[in-house]
Amino acid sequence: MKTSYELIIIGGGPAGMAAAIAAKEAGCDDLVILERDNVLGGILNQCIHNGFGLHTFNEELTGPEYAERYADKVRALDIPYELGTMVLDVTKDDNNDKNVTVISPERGAVTLKAKAVILAMGCRERPRGALNIPGFRPQGVYTAGTAQKLVNLEGVKVGKEVVILGSGDIGLIMARRMTLEGAKVKAVAELMPYSSGLKRNIVQCLDDYGIPLLLSHTVVDIKGKEKLEGVYIAQVDEKNTPVAGTEEYYPCDTLLLSCGLLPENELSIGAGVSIDPRTNGAFVNESLETSIEGVFSCGNVLHVHDLVDFVSEESARAGANAVRYIRNGEASGESINVTPGNGVRYTVPCKINKESITDSVHIRFRVTGVYKDTNIVIKSGDNEILRRKSRILVPSEMLDIIIKKEKLENITTDINVCLEEAAK
Amino acid sequence: MYDVVVIGAGAVGCACARELSKYRLSVCVVEKESDVCEGTSKANSAIVHAGFDAKPGTLKARLNVRGSEMMQELSEKLDFAYKRNEAMVLCFDKADIPALDELLEKGHKNGVKELEIVSGDKARELEGALTDQVEAALVAHTSAIVCPFEMTIAFAENAYANGVEFMLSAEVKSIDKTENGFKIKTSRGEVAAKLIINCAGVYADKIHGMVSKTPMKIIPRKGEYMLLDKAAGGLVSRTIFQLPTKMGKGILVSPTVHGNLLAGPTAENIDDKENTATTSAGLNDVRNKGALSVKNIPWNKVITSFTGLRAVGESGDFMIEESDIAGFFDCAGIESPGLTSAPAIGEYVCELVKSRLELTPKDNFIDTRKGVIHFASLTREQQNELINKEPAYGRIVCRCETVTEGEILDAINRPLGAKTLDGVKRRTRAGMGRCQAGFCSPATMALLADKLGCGIGDIKKTGSLESEVYAK
Repeated sequence: MKTSYELIIIGGGPAGMAAAIAAKEAGCDDLVILERDNVLGGILNQCIHNGFGLHTFNEELTGPEYAERYADKVRALDIPYELGTMVLDVTKDDNNDKNVTVISPERGAVTLKAKAVILAMGCRERPRGALNIPGFRPQGVYTAGTAQKLVNLEGVKVGKEVVILGSGDIGLIMARRMTLEGAKVKAVAELMPYSSGLKRNIVQCLDDYGIPLLLSHTVVDIKGKEKLEGVYIAQVDEKNTPVAGTEEYYPCDTLLLSCGLLPENELSIGAGVSIDPRTNGAFVNESLETSIEGVFSCGNVLHVHDLVDFVSEESARAGANAVRYIRNGEASGESINVTPGNGVRYTVPCKINKESITDSVHIRFRVTGVYKDTNIVIKSGDNEILRRKSRILVPSEMLDIIIKKEKLENITTDINVCLEEAAK
Repeated sequence: MYDVVVIGAGAVGCACARELSKYRLSVCVVEKESDVCEGTSKANSAIVHAGFDAKPGTLKARLNVRGSEMMQELSEKLDFAYKRNEAMVLCFDKADIPALDELLEKGHKNGVKELEIVSGDKARELEGALTDQVEAALVAHTSAIVCPFEMTIAFAENAYANGVEFMLSAEVKSIDKTENGFKIKTSRGEVAAKLIINCAGVYADKIHGMVSKTPMKIIPRKGEYMLLDKAAGGLVSRTIFQLPTKMGKGILVSPTVHGNLLAGPTAENIDDKENTATTSAGLNDVRNKGALSVKNIPWNKVITSFTGLRAVGESGDFMIEESDIAGFFDCAGIESPGLTSAPAIGEYVCELVKSRLELTPKDNFIDTRKGVIHFASLTREQQNELINKEPAYGRIVCRCETVTEGEILDAINRPLGAKTLDGVKRRTRAGMGRCQAGFCSPATMALLADKLGCGIGDIKKTGSLESEVYAK
């Protein structure tokens, strides 16, 4: 079997497929997608609800349909992909070649070589242990995504009486899904005073089914030795500490956790890629290239997205940029840092090399809280690059600002993205 | 009628069974859970204690030191993870240094070799993460860490290979004394035995009370722990204890034999023998006390917390003896260092049993056992050889711990194999990593369902199951 490639793409989900298609369309034929599952599509395969593709295809698709459009294109373009193939580690050698060690029943354990690598491994859910919820550890406590897989792909009836902790999008989707499966969803508790899910999901998955959303609440105890019997939910104060005396008991056989997604960067860390502690994803430049030359990152492994359309768009850029790197090598020129300011949690990218921009550059970021009547301001010193008024900004919605290359022509110092209160 | 029935398939019960299997005896282990290693043995500090802590002259001291001496060879023969990583007992107050000297003295009396006291600076030189408050430390060079699951399962599998039968998911309901032995009624039917070894952990008093009129009380002592990601596993290389002070016994911070970092346990006597819940107060206690020993423990890297119950007797020593009822032997009050002592307890029990049964050594005793292969620890050549022979080893099921389908199938298919998700986890580490089974559990459930002939939805995380007598 072939062991040397121009481009290896790790992950065959929406990010990996979009990156591969863009790379192929940019003229790279010597590439391969490595996917650990037995099908392409990644997490989309279990997202059987609709709402995908509004930006990309201008229509509402289910997750599997959205994935299939990309998988069809991968096949139509003859892009090689290997399923059931797990990447164990990525390293860089002295010639700047990347060594990708994989394992699969067909290949065994082998090291593949590539000029460039695109990291598109996606993210995982924060498990119960990381949340430090006290109590027993019975059967019946699942992350929302695991329950989604069991219900949607394995046909398992997960439970009858459900409490959900965390109002991430998967939790909200699962509140509706469990209801449609005949379960009673008693409440969704959210530690923060605002939901971490999309507004449309709160309306369509909770409000439409009369499921209460308890903001500033959390689970403080889990009962049941072998099987879950119930949970205590309490209010929390402004420091997120449970308020004594507010505990309320909810009998249930299922507790779903939707308390955040973590980019799955173990491979990246092993390779020596610098990780931004704010996103748990790689620090990348305008080309989505990590701190290691020729290693790119895109999709949920870079920063957790709320819309797959944004994942696809971002990943296509990574694919095209990887091909440019393979053809031309690293761009010359100095980089300017991009930093998050007031009200902004992080930015992707964290630096920009103007030489590498063909037409425009995307700056993606999330805000730190709920902001009303605010201006998004992007500036460099006294030089204001962009000012945009916004009626409401919430942490659950990723913002995407596109800046034209000419706007950056005279910029030489750090670019700061921040929020400023707008005049009423 | 069996010659011996062992009640309880924890570390002690399985060690006793294995030791008894060296002789021409019929032995059966009766266990209420569906798997071995389901009680105290699965939730503890996983330390092979050097033996300086126990009071000189006690059974505890003797069996601890003996167990510690036996462990390395056993780990090689029976293929379970063991690492001599040394331990330190930290002293935070100059005024307490005499207590450290006493500990050293106690260790010498117990026959513990390779103990020394070092200054705070020397201690920090050895372990860079220790806090500035450390004034002195006792270093125990023979202290080690072990995988308690692998160890217990290894004892059980080796006992099974030598003819011991296991009756799982069988809770003992009552015991009647008969003319030539005992009749034991379980939730899965009756068994008869000439002798009984009571290794029932926190329930040893209940089992004892089914036969004997002499009082026994076992108090469950709750210990809460936090387990951290392997990314934090290198913070310390030794097991770091705290010198007991008037402020309490303190907690330990230790690497685990598989490279995680463990902190705990708290110590709280409770009444409920099933109360393995963690509490926010307990977990806070672990965090606060852990921070006394080791700087900058990354508590945001906790992947799970759990509670174990130590079986604490009233005498302060292990209670290993024939009870007032001839032929009924107790192994009770096996609190720390019970895990370390387990193999020595097995030997000791055989000595006791000699008074009632003739022990003739088998000439065909098998003294080695191979565990489930840990694919991730093999060389590239070995991995490829294995995949060539069995392609299931080329399929990774648990991403976090790099566990293959081949390993999971082995864990399920071998004698006394796994029947629950937790059973697979303890044998292979699938689900033991940072995502805590989020990704691999549906796949593991499918493999279990295939073997057990049930639906995926019927697969249990833990607990007793129906219809499963394991006889050769």
